[in-house]
Amino acid sequence: MAVNELQSTRKPPIFQIGAILWLRTNLFSSWVNGLLTLASLYLLYISIPPLLDWMVLSANFNFGTVNILGFEIKFSEVMADNQNCGREAACWPYIYEKLYMYIYGFYPREESWRPDTVYGLTALLFVIVRLVRNYKYKNRVILSLIVAYPIVSYILLAGGFGLLPVVETHRWGGLLLTLVIASVGIIVSFPIGVVLALGRRSNLRVIKLFSTLFIEFIRAVPLITILFMASFVLPLFLESGNNFDKLLRALIGIALFQAAYFAEVVRGGLQAIPKGQYEAADAIGLSYLQKNALIILPQALKISIPNIVGSSISLFKDTTLVLIIGLMDMLAMVNMTSQDPYWLGRETEGYVFVTMVMWVILYSMSRYSRKLEIRFNTENKN
Amino acid sequence: MKQQNILSQVKSLTFREILYNNEVRAFFFQVATLLLIFGLFYTIIGNLFDNIEARGIHTGFSFLKNRAGFDILPFLGNYLQDYTPESSNLTVFYVGLINTLVVAFIGIIITTFLGLFIGIARLSNNYLIAKLAGGYIELFRNVPVLLQIFFWYNIFINIFPHPKKSLSFFDVVFLNQRGLYLPKPILENGFLLVIIAFVVGIILTVFMKRYFNKKHDKTGVHTRTLGYSTLLILGLPAVFFLLLGSPLHFDFAVLGKFNLNGGMQIVPEFIALTFALSVYTATYIAEAIRSGIEAVDKGQKEAAAAIGLTQTQSLKLIVMPQALRVAIPPTINQYLNLTKNSSLATAIGYPELMSSFGGTVLNQVGQAVEILGMAMLVYLVISLCISLLLNFVNKRMAIPER
Repeated sequence: MAVNELQSTRKPPIFQIGAILWLRTNLFSSWVNGLLTLASLYLLYISIPPLLDWMVLSANFNFGTVNILGFEIKFSEVMADNQNCGREAACWPYIYEKLYMYIYGFYPREESWRPDTVYGLTALLFVIVRLVRNYKYKNRVILSLIVAYPIVSYILLAGGFGLLPVVETHRWGGLLLTLVIASVGIIVSFPIGVVLALGRRSNLRVIKLFSTLFIEFIRAVPLITILFMASFVLPLFLESGNNFDKLLRALIGIALFQAAYFAEVVRGGLQAIPKGQYEAADAIGLSYLQKNALIILPQALKISIPNIVGSSISLFKDTTLVLIIGLMDMLAMVNMTSQDPYWLGRETEGYVFVTMVMWVILYSMSRYSRKLEIRFNTENKN
Repeated sequence: MKQQNILSQVKSLTFREILYNNEVRAFFFQVATLLLIFGLFYTIIGNLFDNIEARGIHTGFSFLKNRAGFDILPFLGNYLQDYTPESSNLTVFYVGLINTLVVAFIGIIITTFLGLFIGIARLSNNYLIAKLAGGYIELFRNVPVLLQIFFWYNIFINIFPHPKKSLSFFDVVFLNQRGLYLPKPILENGFLLVIIAFVVGIILTVFMKRYFNKKHDKTGVHTRTLGYSTLLILGLPAVFFLLLGSPLHFDFAVLGKFNLNGGMQIVPEFIALTFALSVYTATYIAEAIRSGIEAVDKGQKEAAAAIGLTQTQSLKLIVMPQALRVAIPPTINQYLNLTKNSSLATAIGYPELMSSFGGTVLNQVGQAVEILGMAMLVYLVISLCISLLLNFVNKRMAIPER
């Protein structure tokens, strides 16, 4: 009978499946949405193709013959120079020619293995820290590495002590200088920040007052004023009064500046610790130092790790400001190298290159911070 | 009182007990800190005076009266202060201050709208728009703002033509590598009345809104006020304007042989700086707005739909007021950041406070302590004002608890 006949299912209307459904719900769900979609498509159309054309399609990649890890790659017969590069699109041979300056500044070429070793050590440090995560004595290993790493890096970079030829800090530049300032800034300012945060939450009025004053003052003024202070006024504060190392002056300014910001981040973590933890620590008779070092800070710092990374990202961005007081960081190299009579007027390529390098570093840092945030969030919920 | 207390205790305690007494310890640590800090300041300031004397640097603020003797890029501060190289260093300070405030003001306005737009677009159900907004945030937030300032300044100078070949929009607005030329408004007698009418219009609108809100609360009758408010805010000044016989005319820029003459020049330094700061800060404001909207409970929207509010009404009356409570404090903090970052103008030579006063005057006079002190004081006052504003807003927006 007809009743038992198997009915073939009708196919869904074409509008309700696959790509068309997706387009309808996500791009053209209403009149307004459709118009907005078209407007954004137009925006993409006027911005992406010219950019792509400038950066890749019409750009000049005539690097000559390049030696990459022992492989000879021939891009063109001879390297392009400024004249035959054209003004309509990017001239990447300029970046290739000045790459050393962008990465090492005026660091002597024959000594460039030293920064390279430091870069390698830094990578190795991260690998080791990950590897020893489950090792019994991991705290000892990590602590000794953290102590040894700056000393070894300093000896490698600056030389002296009769081991390596001295390279004065005014020859450091480019990405090297950016990384040095950022890492020294973070490492030095962090303990100061923790002390300031504890000071601001202290019951001792004098200590609380001075910590608060310091933090609020630093946070209210722009970094430039502090860098100017460090560069012009700090030498006057010292006994000898003569100009000591310019990089050191900038580092002092940056470390004090960043300490105030770290202090606020850590204070946020401290405020999140329940009062019971303090009281329990008091109840079992721990001293102030023991209470903070063993009970409070481990928890507070753990909560504030995402914000600490966030604050470090800000510091990394702020390192570019040192060019205003005459240090030759990566951004300063753009203005420096485009003054070269052979490569006049290539600022745009320089800015785009520095933007790409900075963006990759900062974007990976911010992804990392978001990952940490998610990880610590779930842990707190359990 | 408290100290006497401690002392009276001390007499009756053994040495060991004194050593472990909390109050004694607290007292000791505070005195030690005070001594340390005063000792530090004493040495520092002593050294400072010795060094200043040894180097033959003047002290005091008399340098403010001296002739500045250098040119400043013509901008608003210049016009308002009638600056010439003969003016005093104090005038340079005022010029810089005005230019800082102008950048901060215009930047804050642009960045607010841009941030609001991007933040809402980020949550749009339109896939393309949400992704574009996300890309915008990731791109501009992860590039140092100083680099962005340099980049836009460089682009501006390279992309726009030489003054001789200025781009012209109906001979009213001109654009070339020296900046944007707008007609310069010249106010005549009586224009003040038009401005007063404008302000009165705004005040009347506020009162009118209050009246109709009260009426709505009492009777439930909703009145559309948009027409009335436009009439008050725009119509009232317009009537005065016409009655007084148009007391305003414009000085248009004229394309001469080599350069543009007249008009109001907006220098590329200002445009690049304001643009870069607004674009950069907008990414943070967008994130604040987004987290604010996301913080509103889903049930609120559903409840709004259930009582029959339209989508717009729900957004305006239910979602936004709650979202803004979360979003406004970080936004105000970003305003402060924008103002502080305006000091980066030093790098491209826009004559704001740190560039003209903290830079050029400092190099000429060499009195770093006084000059940087004044500059820091200005930023302190600005950030104090913004903190007060923040506290005020927080207090007003706090949820009244029972």
